Amino acid sequence: MKRFLPLSSALLTASLVVAGCGGASDSTDGSGGGASASSGKATLSLVAYSTPQVVYDELIPAFNKTPEGKGIGFKTSFGASGDQSRAVEAGQKADVVSFSTEPDVTRLVKAGLVAKDWNATPNKGLVTTSLVSFIVRKGNPKHIRTWADLLKPGVKVLTPNPFTSGAAKWNILAAYGQASGGGKDDAAGLKYVGDLIKKHVVVQDKSGREALQNFTSGTGDVLLSYEYEATTAQRKGEKVDFVTPDDTIKINIDIAKTVKADPASQKFIDYVLSKPGQEAFASWGYRPVNAEVLAANKAKFPDPAHEFTIEDLGGWAKVNDTLFDPDKGSIAKIEADAGVSTDK
Amino acid sequence: MLEQSRPARLTLRVVALGYLALLLGIPVGVVLYRTFEHGIAPVWDAITTPAAISAFTLTLEVAAIAVPLNTVLGILTALVLVRGRFRGKAVLEAIVDLPFAISPIVVGLALVLVYGRIGWFGPWLADHGIQIIFSLPGIVIATVFVSLPFVAREVAPVLREIGDEQEQAAATLGASSWQTFTRITLPAIRWGVAYGIVLTVARCIGEFGAVSIVSGKISGETETLTLLVEKRFNNFDLAGAYAASALLAIIALATLLAMTRLNPRKDHQS
Amino acid sequence: MSPSLATDNGLSEVPPASPAGPPGCSRLRARPHRRARAGGTGPLGTGVVTIWLSLIVLLPLAAVTAKSFDDGAGRFWDVVTQRQAVNALIFTLVVSLLAAAINAVMGTLVAWVLVRDDFRGKSAVNALIDLPFALPTIVAGLTLIALYGKNSPVGIDVTYTRTAVLLALMFVTLPFVVRSVQPVLLELDREMEEASTSLGASPGQTFRRIVLPNLRPAILSGAALSFARAVGEFGSIVLISGNVPFKTEVSAVYIFKLQESSDNPISASAVSVVLLGVSLLVLIGIRVFERRGDQRA
Repeated sequence: MKRFLPLSSALLTASLVVAGCGGASDSTDGSGGGASASSGKATLSLVAYSTPQVVYDELIPAFNKTPEGKGIGFKTSFGASGDQSRAVEAGQKADVVSFSTEPDVTRLVKAGLVAKDWNATPNKGLVTTSLVSFIVRKGNPKHIRTWADLLKPGVKVLTPNPFTSGAAKWNILAAYGQASGGGKDDAAGLKYVGDLIKKHVVVQDKSGREALQNFTSGTGDVLLSYEYEATTAQRKGEKVDFVTPDDTIKINIDIAKTVKADPASQKFIDYVLSKPGQEAFASWGYRPVNAEVLAANKAKFPDPAHEFTIEDLGGWAKVNDTLFDPDKGSIAKIEADAGVSTDK
Repeated sequence: MLEQSRPARLTLRVVALGYLALLLGIPVGVVLYRTFEHGIAPVWDAITTPAAISAFTLTLEVAAIAVPLNTVLGILTALVLVRGRFRGKAVLEAIVDLPFAISPIVVGLALVLVYGRIGWFGPWLADHGIQIIFSLPGIVIATVFVSLPFVAREVAPVLREIGDEQEQAAATLGASSWQTFTRITLPAIRWGVAYGIVLTVARCIGEFGAVSIVSGKISGETETLTLLVEKRFNNFDLAGAYAASALLAIIALATLLAMTRLNPRKDHQS
Repeated sequence: MSPSLATDNGLSEVPPASPAGPPGCSRLRARPHRRARAGGTGPLGTGVVTIWLSLIVLLPLAAVTAKSFDDGAGRFWDVVTQRQAVNALIFTLVVSLLAAAINAVMGTLVAWVLVRDDFRGKSAVNALIDLPFALPTIVAGLTLIALYGKNSPVGIDVTYTRTAVLLALMFVTLPFVVRSVQPVLLELDREMEEASTSLGASPGQTFRRIVLPNLRPAILSGAALSFARAVGEFGSIVLISGNVPFKTEVSAVYIFKLQESSDNPISASAVSVVLLGVSLLVLIGIRVFERRGDQRA
């Protein structure tokens, strides 16, 4: 016990010392960003959703090598889109934000943190786009090609839950949209989604990444996902193939700067949208919004026969209200019914 | 000492170890196997990136603040709960356990509601240029919250078990309260304190949910080791995630080792 | 730390020497609340602890509670009585109690073996116990799914079942009972056990009558903590349970769902408050049970 006391006092002292200097944790950037914030130039805070981190890990050092980006430091934060948006709303410092669904930007517009005209840009606020696609097992043993194939007997489908992952709403919207002729026939759309969720979706994981993990762990025949996620997974060594159906929804990924953003933010956004920036996105499977880069990568990004957008379905405000409202939305009801049937 | 027959002893041993193996040993083995699957070099690389080093440092910093705070106040709480006699003790007692019963997301949410931009103290804090959420203080508060009950809960049963006769005897003989505490009470509860510290450290370094909400996950700045593990998982870097986890396991093991080394063995004493 | 930590007015109340039994006897069952002096740690200690708990625990909880009533009591009631909410709550409570009960028994056993038994590699086993806390929950989930998932090497597949949730909870709450029983066992006087055995009691009798009553507060305390932790657990469950509504969805996941999909934290706060209230009741129940045992002994 005599040796015990020095320990507790040592711990206490340590805590005081650390508490004293703890505030000044101006440590390095970590994510391979390259430049440090020491040169007196601006430091930009990038708050983004998690999947494109691989792209930004390449873009930031490349940007720092350009005359515009020389000496600009970066603080990066990646996480689930909704979490990130809520964090910025709650006071996390951000100069540039990028989210996987528009309502996450809208939240910040409502909070007065992002300008109302954020999407009045040549690209309508988009940084990249993608398509809802099917991730299948290597070699596509179940010959999944179309949305109808998902409803064949015995086909097991995975999708992240649209109520825990904002981005997963794209999957459900794709299924709904293709069956309803781009939103024209609501009943047909809901019937397809109902059949899919009640009879074929084995489980709905919390996030897209977790769903992919469960898929690679052996569950299911098809994972509803996005073109870029499939490409990224392949480049990271996951043994999966993907199929883009001939009728699907275009996914919008937004980028915006905050109202109090450092002037250098615009330079960074310009770089991200420039040719080299968009090439980096294309190399990870993200469809470029830069027409020139898209044309150069046409072979990699074939256009499906039919393609619709969120606007065709009435926009986010409408689908969130009619389909995804947790109390009265049609999809919420389908989910609840599906739950009851598994409960039996 | 309770004499056990040899078969009984062996049975107990087999059951206990079997349970541990299935629930704990094999999973931990899997983590270690996955970590060192491709040799030690990639592991070393994964834990020496700037992000990993900074996450490691931050994790230790947070633990170095949260653990002593929770140790000192935890011992005090246990004394108050066991030896004290006052109105509302039962309520106080239940409050001590509450931090566990709350889902980590709610802890994060609660802290944002108190200290966030539009929270109760948010505007005042902003006016005075104090950043709590999305910086070190926020992470520390969340960590203190989730690991608060351990020391108190480890020490209380021991205090109850040892009774207070010796303390009273010491007081009768004229010892001051502080002397009584350091000479009589503390030695008696030292194992409780030691395990309390071990658990507190483990919980502090392993916490994810609450910290992920209040940290802002700024790479190299407010990213703890568990957040780094999650980020690596999200980026398909499972090997890196396992390597960072192994680092966490090592911190926990080192704490336990330190505590058992610092505590003299009971057998030698009696 | 409070300067009046130990005894203020303990002078007058020297414990009566127990007339019967060996010296160790009086230590067998401590009944501090019967002979405790008023305010064993002094009012200062009590004050410090109260302020500490208020600041760290109660303040944030008050914020959540206040938030949950932002839309009025009617809306609060609507949210928490949703079928899915009630279902998740009941499942959470049942599975948490089950995990706590299993670990109460198995944890005591493990602690016993670690303290009283002696075998090769004991210290290594002892070192493993705390790892479920230190490992990030996502890693716990990953290893559990690697072991007990679709491609299980041991041939056990529990994915998307309620067993999976129980398994994950047993894993994350394992250390509590072990680590609360262990120190008490270490401090426990063995004289009484020896006396009991020499008087002809069987090992089973000695354990039930002598050892168990002494361990009871520690076991219950550990079980209470296990339960509390299980109720709030989230990270380790999500991967292997699949969060199937009405089946494997626990309240923590449901709360997350509300938070993510309803765009304001009011509903999420409401469900949290109910979960919190129920947990508090269970915790108080366990304490009352513990105290009653204390007085009976």
